[in-house]
Amino acid sequence: MPTESLHVRCRFFARYAELLGTEEVALTLPGRSIVRDAVRRVRQELPHGERIPERPLVAVNREHALADRPLANGDELAFLPPLAGG
Amino acid sequence: MADLPAVTRDPIDAGRLLAAVAAPACGGTALFLGTVRAGPDDGPVIRIQYEAYVEMLEAEFLRIAAETTARWVDARVAVQHRVGGIPLGEPSIAVAVAAPHRAEAFAACRFAVDEAKRRLPVWKREVLADGTAQWRDNAGGRTPSRPSEPSGA
Repeated sequence: MPTESLHVRCRFFARYAELLGTEEVALTLPGRSIVRDAVRRVRQELPHGERIPERPLVAVNREHALADRPLANGDELAFLPPLAGG
Repeated sequence: MADLPAVTRDPIDAGRLLAAVAAPACGGTALFLGTVRAGPDDGPVIRIQYEAYVEMLEAEFLRIAAETTARWVDARVAVQHRVGGIPLGEPSIAVAVAAPHRAEAFAACRFAVDEAKRRLPVWKREVLADGTAQWRDNAGGRTPSRPSEPSGA
């Protein structure tokens, strides 16, 4: 059964936005991709992507998520540097 | 609390949070203010800039408030985080909890504050007197930032 590709909006905040020089990119991934696949693509394909840790803190659709979380078309994947709230 | 924005660029008004949680059935109210500080090892910090993933911060506040009232069913919770440039000594976060009795108010407020520290997508950038800047995180980490942006950026 063919799997359709996924379009994911990746957002970068604070230090990660500085390291990459961008706050947002659109990523197209194969169907059934998980968060870890998207992180790998960002690290391999974006200029300076290797500056992002292999296992960054992430959120999917505004909620903290783990690396094995499946992605769906239209998801917003946020890369979160170490938190400093409060 | 619908009339209290979760995120503000203005100084936090603790009175508004207290008013938001006040109720006749609540005999105890706990208010926590997290205040911008510079410790002895922090160098000459002249300004601290807070950035947030605002949409997620709002969602996370709603989840934390819901989790708090799930555990302390009679508690009323209000939370607010300030972003942008915050002078030393002014609050960056406020959590108010009202409950029938003080034990629940203290416990629920502590829970909400601890969860906020652990989960809120907020970042803190210290601008030093020499023009350099650094990111600071809640685990004590420091990493260099780009040169200082204009005040109010």
